[in-house]
Amino acid sequence: MTAIDPTAHLTAEQIEQLGRELDAIRDEVIADRGEKDAAYIRKVISAQRKLELVSRGVLLFSIFPPAWLLGTAGLSVAKIMDNMEIGHNILHGQWDWMRDPKIHSTTWEWDHVSPSEQWKHSHNELHHTYTNVIGKDNDLGYGIMRVDEDQRWHPFHLGQPLWNFLNACFFEYGIAAYDLELGKNLHKRRRKNPEFRARAKAVGRKIRKQVLKDYVIHPLLSGPSFLPTLAATFTANLVRNIWTHSVIMCGHFPEGVQVFERRSIRGETRGQWYLRQMMGSANISGSKAMHFMTGNLSHQIEHHLFPDLPSNRYAEVAVKVRALFEKYELEYVTGPLPKQVFSAWRKVFRLSLPNNKPKVKTPDREQELVAA
Amino acid sequence: MTSTALRSRAWKLLEMVTTPLLPSDYLDLVSPLRAGADLRGRIEAVHPETGDAATIVIRPGRGWRGHTAGQYMRIGVDVNGVRLWRAYSITSPTNRQDGRVTITVKAIPDGKVSNHLVRRAKPGTLIQLDQPTGDFVLPQAKPAKVLYLTAGSGITPVMGMLRDIEFDDVVMVHCAPQPQDVIFRNELHDLVADKKLRLTEVHTDTDGMLDIARLDGLVPDWAERETWACGPAGLLDAAEEHWTEFGVQERLHTERFRPSIVVAGDGGEVTFSATGKTVDADGATPLLDVGEEAGVLMPSGCRMGICFGCVTPLKSGAVRDLRTGEITEAEPGVLIQTCVSAAAGPCDIER
Ligand code: FES
Repeated sequence: MTAIDPTAHLTAEQIEQLGRELDAIRDEVIADRGEKDAAYIRKVISAQRKLELVSRGVLLFSIFPPAWLLGTAGLSVAKIMDNMEIGHNILHGQWDWMRDPKIHSTTWEWDHVSPSEQWKHSHNELHHTYTNVIGKDNDLGYGIMRVDEDQRWHPFHLGQPLWNFLNACFFEYGIAAYDLELGKNLHKRRRKNPEFRARAKAVGRKIRKQVLKDYVIHPLLSGPSFLPTLAATFTANLVRNIWTHSVIMCGHFPEGVQVFERRSIRGETRGQWYLRQMMGSANISGSKAMHFMTGNLSHQIEHHLFPDLPSNRYAEVAVKVRALFEKYELEYVTGPLPKQVFSAWRKVFRLSLPNNKPKVKTPDREQELVAA
Repeated sequence: MTSTALRSRAWKLLEMVTTPLLPSDYLDLVSPLRAGADLRGRIEAVHPETGDAATIVIRPGRGWRGHTAGQYMRIGVDVNGVRLWRAYSITSPTNRQDGRVTITVKAIPDGKVSNHLVRRAKPGTLIQLDQPTGDFVLPQAKPAKVLYLTAGSGITPVMGMLRDIEFDDVVMVHCAPQPQDVIFRNELHDLVADKKLRLTEVHTDTDGMLDIARLDGLVPDWAERETWACGPAGLLDAAEEHWTEFGVQERLHTERFRPSIVVAGDGGEVTFSATGKTVDADGATPLLDVGEEAGVLMPSGCRMGICFGCVTPLKSGAVRDLRTGEITEAEPGVLIQTCVSAAAGPCDIER
C-alpha cells in the first residue's frame, strides 16, 4: 500500500460524478455496438482456427527443423489468441449481445485445462467484483504470493520468486488449481465435499482431453515426427503460459497499483467501485499487435471498468478514460511490457522478504459516507 | 465392426484431435452448407416485389428436408451484429428444380428483420435456418372448390400453395391498401388470364376494410369451399366467427402471424437461475426480450408464439400469456413460451 492515498483529494461528490462520466462512456459504446464488432470477432476466431490448423499441419513434418520452428511459432500464437483475445473475452460475455450460440459465454470452451465454467466463477465473479481487495481477491498473488506490504509475511514467501516462475511455466495448471481453490479444498474435510469432487472431476476430464490431444494424438498423427511434434506442443504451451502469465502480472502487480482493505469496500457506491478499478489496475503500452496479443488486457484499466464491453473497443475507450484520469488528477499506471513485467517481478522479490514499513490505511469508505 | 460403428469411432478420434472445439467448427470454415452441419442457408438473390416487399432466394444447406406448400420456416439473420430469428412463409413451389427456396418478406414499420431483409440483405450472406414446419397446408385429397382469403403479407403462404398445386375451381379474395401494394400482382393476374384463378382484390384505402358479410356478394358459394385464410388477427377473428355461425368451421383453415398483445399490469423481479441474473421486468415485455436484454442466451424462433422454439422451464412464480391474459404458474415440468409470456409477479426462468 502506498504511503499516501492517491484519491484523498477527491470529494464524495466528485467520485460520483466520475462514475457518471464513466457510465456515459460505456453507454456510448453500447449504443454504437454492431455489425463491425461482430465481424471483428468472427474474423479473429476464423483466423485463429486457420492458424492452428496450418501450424498443426506443418508440425506433421516437424522432423525437419524449419517446419518445427514455423509450426511451433504458429501454434504458440494460435494458443495465445485462443486464450486471450478470444477465450478470455468471450467468457466475459463481451460478445453475448450477438446472440450467436457459438460465440457465447455460456457455451464457449477454451484451449486451457481449466473448464470455462469454473474459470468464469473465480475470474468474472470473484476477481472482477473484489478487485485488489486483500483477503477477497485471490488473484492478488494467487494465494501463493505476497504482493502487498499489508499482507502478513510468512517464511513460505521466501520462495515466492521460484513459485512465481513455476507458476508462469505451468500457468494453465496453476489457474485450474486456483479455480478449484485447491489450497483451501485439500483439507481433509473439504476434499470429500461432493460439489468440490464434481468440479475436480471436471478439471480432470479437461486435463485428460487436453493432454491427450497435445501430447498423444497429434504426435502420433505425425508418425516419424512424433518426438518433434511432442516437443513443439510442449513448447507452444510453455510459450503461451509464460506470455499470459506475464501479461496478467502486468494487470495488477506493477508498482503504483493500489490494493484495498476488506472493510474499505463496505457500502461502496458505484463511483467508488469504479475508482477502485481505476486505482487497482495497470496498463501495458504498445503497438496494435501488442494489444491484440494480450487480448487487449493491455487495456486492463478499461477492461476492469467495463469487463463486458467488446475488447476491440478498449483502445478508443482508453483515450476517454485517460482523459478522466487527468481531469481527476489520478495516476494512470502504464508502461511498455518489459518495464511492467520488471516492475511486477521486482515486487515479487521485494515482498518475499518481511517489511517493517509502517502500515497506512486506505480510506474507509463507510466512515467517509457517514461523515458526508 | 459395422460401418456406422466404425464411423462413430473415427468421429470420436476426430473429436479428440480438435478438442475443445468440434470437428464441425473447422469444417464450417470451408463448407457451412454441407450435410451434417447445423442447418444454414445462403441468400442468393433478393428480388423486389412491391415498394416494401421482396422475395429472398435462399440456397438451403444439404440437411434441408423440403417443405409442404403453406408451411413456414424460421430464419436467423444477423442484423447489425445481433442474431434475430423470425418465421416466414415459404413462397416457392415444392418441386423447384434448382433446390432453392424463397420467402417473401414485407417490411413492417420498425421491423428490424423485415426491413433488413427487404432493403439491406446481400446475396452471399449466410443465414441460419430451421426445417420448415406448420400445419397450414393443403390436404392430401383435392378439394373440389377452394377459397383463399388473404390480406397483406398473408398472401405469402397461399402463394406457396398456388404455385404448388392447381385446383379446378379456385377463388381468391385478397386485401391490400392499394393496387401497387398487392404482392405478386403480375403473377396473380397471369393466373387469372390463364383462367386458373378467379381473383377479387379489395383495396382497403378506397374500399375500406373487408366486411366479412360482403363475402356473400363476392363469393356466393363461400360456405361450400375449403378455405385457407391468412392475414391480420381482426380478419381471422371475423372469419372464424362467420364460419362458425354458418356451421362450416371445419372448412376454414387459418394462420395467424402475430399475436394480439394485451397490455397487462404486474411484472416483477425475474431470475434467470441458470445464468444467475436477476432483473426487473414489467408486465408487458415478453420474457424473451427481458432475458436477451440482460444478456442471457435465450432460445427463440418466430417470436410470436407459434414455433415453440423458445420454450423454457418456469421454475417458480407465474407468467401471463400476452395473447390471452392467461396466467401460468410454476410446477415441475411446466414450460413457457418466453416470447409471449411476461412476468406476472416475481418468477424464476431456467436459463
Ligand atoms: S419464439 Fe416461436 S413460440 Fe416463442
